Amino acid sequence: MKILVAVKRVIDYNVQIRVKPDNSGVEKDNVKMSMNPPDENAVEEAIKLKDSGEVTEVVIVSIGQEKCQDTIRTALAMGADRGILVKAGDDIEPLAVAKTLKNIVEKEKPNMVLLGKQAIDDYCNQTGQMLSAILNWPQGCFVSELGINDSAITISREIDEGLEQLEIQLPAVVTCDLRLNEPRFASLPNIMKAKKKPIEIIEIESLGVDTIPKVKYLKVEEPPVRQGGVMVADVKELIQKLKYEAKVI
Amino acid sequence: MSVLVVAEHNNVSLKSSTLNTIQAASQIDKDIHLLVCGFQNDEVVNQASTLEGVNKILQLNDEIIQHQLAEHVSQVIINLSKNYSHILAPSSTFGKNFMPRAAAILDHSQISDISGVISPDTFIRPIYAGNAIATVQSLDPVKFITVRTTSFEPVEIVGGSASIEKISLNLEGIATKFLDRKEAKSERPELGSARVVISGGRGLENGDNFKLLNEIADKLNAAIGASRAAVDAGYIGNECQVGQTGKMVAPELYIAVGISGAIQHLAGMKESKIIVAINKDEEAPIFGIADYGLKADLFQALPEISKELDLLNDIAK
Repeated sequence: MKILVAVKRVIDYNVQIRVKPDNSGVEKDNVKMSMNPPDENAVEEAIKLKDSGEVTEVVIVSIGQEKCQDTIRTALAMGADRGILVKAGDDIEPLAVAKTLKNIVEKEKPNMVLLGKQAIDDYCNQTGQMLSAILNWPQGCFVSELGINDSAITISREIDEGLEQLEIQLPAVVTCDLRLNEPRFASLPNIMKAKKKPIEIIEIESLGVDTIPKVKYLKVEEPPVRQGGVMVADVKELIQKLKYEAKVI
Repeated sequence: MSVLVVAEHNNVSLKSSTLNTIQAASQIDKDIHLLVCGFQNDEVVNQASTLEGVNKILQLNDEIIQHQLAEHVSQVIINLSKNYSHILAPSSTFGKNFMPRAAAILDHSQISDISGVISPDTFIRPIYAGNAIATVQSLDPVKFITVRTTSFEPVEIVGGSASIEKISLNLEGIATKFLDRKEAKSERPELGSARVVISGGRGLENGDNFKLLNEIADKLNAAIGASRAAVDAGYIGNECQVGQTGKMVAPELYIAVGISGAIQHLAGMKESKIIVAINKDEEAPIFGIADYGLKADLFQALPEISKELDLLNDIAK
């Protein structure tokens, strides 16, 4: 069995982002970038399945600038076998990403595609669902437990009310929740080994994918700044303020 | 053209997220239709029929769609889409599941998690967990939208009188089998929609100490949250995580206990109406955004808060 994992390079979750002065977007130059956190869970799950012998090959794909190779290398250092970089502009939309991934799926013929449930930059939460839609495959979204039995998977998915359990025929697309597992740290020897693992580079133009945006970002602004309030002396004053000033208790 | 809102429900009762979504729809167009798809869902249709602003309810009552799996709900939406300029659903795990699927099948994009309506094709949405606000314009003929429910007031549950149209469709079989649904049996309100949230951070020192929050949560009918640091340290389950990598909340009252205020936590709660911070470190960044800050040892402050709340309740009686 073969798994394709899609990973995205995003601004590190601990970085305070800055909006560009011309409101055209968010400053990405000289900012620490990392793998999108739930994508790490997707990589971890694929490698776990490989460790347990259910999966024979784990292929990593990322779409974006040359630098996305770093993100792919991170996944290779965790234990994935090889990588594919589809070189593209920085801000292609989830639908175009899904179409690009569909191309890669048709070429690689994996039994399952794993992705993070959403990216922490654009917060869209769309790509996995869109990919499974255009492949006409079933989807398992926000997954926190995954088991494989022959030609199907059994999943638990995180829903607002609790958990939903589904049995899904393969091939399928699965998007991963942070609860799915604990991503491993790559060891130094594995980081060195990962440098020798192959990364194939494909130009997005060669795939014939329509990347013309359907959503125009007119402007990006700072959110309204929240002003700090007052310090209270003790618990008594706090409760009085909440009761009679803020009127929230 | 009209706006279609997809109702969130469990075949028995309508979820409140539907009311916020209808409010967002009403800012786009006044002709609002509500899709209720499920099985034996008459009671839901009944509840929905008096909602303010809804002109028509489309009821699909079919066993095949009992569990409202994404593969089925998206088929229903695609079948109805030609009659609508906009299709909206709450950006809960319900709406997020099927809406991108429906949009992609029709080669449309989706606008996720809108927090404001500028015009019928232009919307405001938070990105980077609310650390930046984007104004986006959709160029698609049909707008597929999910709605950040905390940004829109719920519509009234009475005052409307919608007509009810029963629809039937030949839904295709799918490669997914529903096995089970386990709803967390908590006496507490859901974290995402609770009026009061009390969250603990690493300052609580261990998982056992989260019990100190339970007592206050009981008295305020609050949901329990946690910072990523507390979750990573294993004090509490990830389902309680508030922040960029967890849940986004915007309650009327948010109480942060022993939370320093990492960027990624602030991103998940700074839309709250009133924020209270309790921390022994007066330099903690959380105080920078708190309406009321209390510099105190939480192990002393929490029992005191509990006692003061009892006193208030006594007075109220």
